[in-house]
Amino acid sequence: MRSTVEARTGTGDTGRWLHGVLREADLGLLSGLPGMTGEPVRPVRAAGLVAVVSAVPLTEYGEEALHRNLEDLAWLERVARAHHRVVDALAGAGAVVPARLATVHHDDGRVAASLTERRAELAALLDRLTGRGEWGVKGYVVPGAVPQAEETAGPGGAGAAYLRRRRAQLTAREDVQRNAAAAAAAVHEALSRHAVAARRHAPQDRRLSGAPTAMALNGAYLVDATAAAGFAGLVETLGARHPELRLELTGPWPPYSFVAERPAEPARVREPAW
Amino acid sequence: MTSTPSVVQNSGQVLPAGHEPANLGDILERVLDRGIVIAGDIRVSLLDIELLTLKLRLVIASVDTARQIGIDWWEHDPWLSSRARPPVEPGPRDPEEVEAERRPRVAARARRRDVGREEWDEIDG
Repeated sequence: MRSTVEARTGTGDTGRWLHGVLREADLGLLSGLPGMTGEPVRPVRAAGLVAVVSAVPLTEYGEEALHRNLEDLAWLERVARAHHRVVDALAGAGAVVPARLATVHHDDGRVAASLTERRAELAALLDRLTGRGEWGVKGYVVPGAVPQAEETAGPGGAGAAYLRRRRAQLTAREDVQRNAAAAAAAVHEALSRHAVAARRHAPQDRRLSGAPTAMALNGAYLVDATAAAGFAGLVETLGARHPELRLELTGPWPPYSFVAERPAEPARVREPAW
Repeated sequence: MTSTPSVVQNSGQVLPAGHEPANLGDILERVLDRGIVIAGDIRVSLLDIELLTLKLRLVIASVDTARQIGIDWWEHDPWLSSRARPPVEPGPRDPEEVEAERRPRVAARARRRDVGREEWDEIDG
């Protein structure tokens, strides 16, 4: 683990923001692709791989500045979009291993050293990602898609009737959630079988998704480019089969969800507790 | 492979999104939480990343919704669970001091799980 002291003794006032790693053959039309500051991104070559970087001023992207700026959600949005634009453009040309946000080296030599150090892992990832794209499938709860039981008459006065109604409402809400959860699991299972790899991420909050109802499925699927049309067709089919979920397909994304060095998750997620 | 995003809804309609900027939440959850981790020279400390990630995840993921469908990532995620995390990175700062500072802040966030609501309002506002 490098110390802060060493990090601060770098040369010059700029750092190298890493966007992603790819093969030379997939570099494509890099020239003119604007990076973090609007200046074109640059390739750094080592170990048969290419890192695509932006030169960034340390006054904004240095250690202390990053601490401050990452807490500024407006700054974060701008930076996240700029980084994603570059990664997305690279993915349009070929396989790319996207770097996590805020990976900054001091100079080209340090970037090259990282490539050399991780060469085997990066090359294996690129092999795995070649000709494939990440697709996102979100499933939103559709209330009222499954008919609910009629209210039953019972003894007691207005108060008892109110309590019965209230209980029925709560039960109905639980049913909606249970149905949506079951549908989400079934949809993920079916999509996973059509994908090379699958991840189920935490659902986004409604404030972020902007959707009127809760998200029950937030899946990512690594799909062969040749199978992408079939995958989209499957999403349509599953949407029709599960009216209790509204499915939304986005992509292809750069393979953000399929490069982390976490232990591989099983495609099948844990069943809910009930 | 084209990189043009498209949206398919249950109607079966395929809507090319063209040059529409992708949904911010979709981008944030990908660039912050996924993507390969390569140790750079300039590092935001684990402490700060943890708090940022926690804050954003409380925004991005509704804890209630996640629980209802049986996802409990926060209990197993090394970025979030102090039990699963290695000690805070040693550096010029005294690790004891960092740890002592971290404990109440993280605990406070754990107690106020709805902190994300306030943070998100900052963006909206």
